[in-house]
Amino acid sequence: MQKTLKKYFLVFTAPTLIAFAFAFIVPFIEGIYLSFCKFTTVKNAEWVGLNNYKVAFSSGQGFWEALGFTSLFTLVSIVSINLLAFGLALMLTRKLRGTNIFRTVFFLPNLIGGIVLGYTWQQMINAVLYKYETTIVADAKFGFWGLVILMNWQMIGYMMIIYIAGLQNVPTELIEAAKIDGATAWQTLIKVKLPMVMSSVTICVFLTLSNSFKLFDQNKALTDGAPRGKTEMLALNIYETFYGRAGYMGVGQAKAVVFFIVVAVIALLQLKLTGSKEVEQ
Amino acid sequence: MGNKKKMIDAISIVFLLAVAVVILYPLFFIVNNSFKGKFFISSDPFGLPTAETFVGITNYENGLMKTGLFSAIGWSFFITILSVILIIVFTSMTAYYIVRVKSKITSLLYYMFAFSMIVPFQMVMFTMADLANIFHLKNPIGMCVLYLGFGAGLAVFMFSGFVKSVPIEIEEAAMIDGCNPLQTYFGVVFPILKPTAITVAILQAMWIWNDFLLPYLVIGIGTQYRTIPVVVQMLVGSNGNKDLGALMAMLVLSIIPIVIFYLTCQKYIIEGVVAGAVKG
Repeated sequence: MQKTLKKYFLVFTAPTLIAFAFAFIVPFIEGIYLSFCKFTTVKNAEWVGLNNYKVAFSSGQGFWEALGFTSLFTLVSIVSINLLAFGLALMLTRKLRGTNIFRTVFFLPNLIGGIVLGYTWQQMINAVLYKYETTIVADAKFGFWGLVILMNWQMIGYMMIIYIAGLQNVPTELIEAAKIDGATAWQTLIKVKLPMVMSSVTICVFLTLSNSFKLFDQNKALTDGAPRGKTEMLALNIYETFYGRAGYMGVGQAKAVVFFIVVAVIALLQLKLTGSKEVEQ
Repeated sequence: MGNKKKMIDAISIVFLLAVAVVILYPLFFIVNNSFKGKFFISSDPFGLPTAETFVGITNYENGLMKTGLFSAIGWSFFITILSVILIIVFTSMTAYYIVRVKSKITSLLYYMFAFSMIVPFQMVMFTMADLANIFHLKNPIGMCVLYLGFGAGLAVFMFSGFVKSVPIEIEEAAMIDGCNPLQTYFGVVFPILKPTAITVAILQAMWIWNDFLLPYLVIGIGTQYRTIPVVVQMLVGSNGNKDLGALMAMLVLSIIPIVIFYLTCQKYIIEGVVAGAVKG
């Protein structure tokens, strides 16, 4: 069968491969090349070696500040989202009345796009701040906590669903056995349930990490980096380097390469680190 | 013991209700304010509209006139649906070929698709927009081609995982009966892939519908092919003195299609997203 199918290589793969080449392969390779060039369009690229990278890391480029802001935001988001989501999942696996309605409501924000909900929250937060005669763009603290609230609001329901699926897979015999041995509810949670849902924890931490670290739309809509780029995350900083001012395209591309490497390293490290804590079922 | 359980249940319900209010309030907030005059939104953002502040559908009329949101909703639908169809048909074929034909080329392809999933969009945004310009892809059909390419990573990865579990004997029987590989694929294999196809369709549809940067960079704001996120961004970004009323009204209209979609296909959406998260 393999032999006959082999002759159909182009029929089966050509449409995907052509689109993949346009959307990914060629732009990716070109992107790496251009990070070593000075250019305004692809055609006038001129090799400058590592110069773009030197500029990208120099002070005044906002890269380190954006990396710091992004890392802090990511850390706070991972902790708050996962704690809240896990708590909600525990409550919704208690067989209470109305569980399905709560589940439906909590998951809803996950479907709304970043731009739309960014502006929705911008208006909400400003409405509160108007009372103190200020706005979200006045202070970087407002922007930071605004982003954290927004991210929690959007992602809690999603992570909660994954935790619920994990908790429902914990064998009831295990929990019964713990009870018979005299374990308290807290001990059962920490010693039995938590180790059994470690794979869900891996997935959720990984998802919140990559979604928070790569955040762009919400950041753009909520504060657009204001005040003075202090609430700029990495993705937005790269975007602004490309399109916010003339002559820095190469630097923007160099930052994008660094961003890609960081994202890739985190993804691999995280899978390695947490993968070993999972309990075989 | 029984009493303690009841108390925890009661605390849980109160907490869940509080979270539900927090989740729903922002949506209520924009609906509420979309009916107020634009100058009253900042002075009284939390109150219900009164006889003085109520303006009926004026904000909706203003917003629609400024943005052409209905046309954007149309293009969002068009691009999302066509892209998802292309992704389902073509990437599942590719995944099938990659799994069934073992060679160096197919395993290289598999790793390239998987690799593309971890690359952030900023890495390719400039060069992709540039290529799109050179090859005249700055139109809705071109957008669908780009979405097929950029969505291929996750889709191929998920379809491959499922194809591996499809018993090869069925296909061999079909081949012996005289089907060519295409007939075998669409007659026998594709129907079995349906659950994965639904998952992939939902994940891709949510991403494409909400995607902002790709259409913003490729199609831009100067054409008639703007999608919803681009139009919303334009409404806020373009004019210095924002019309908050129109903004609220347009936010409401942008969210309505999603809520309808969610309430009608809720089961598939939640299952699909979980399946996607677990496999991705």
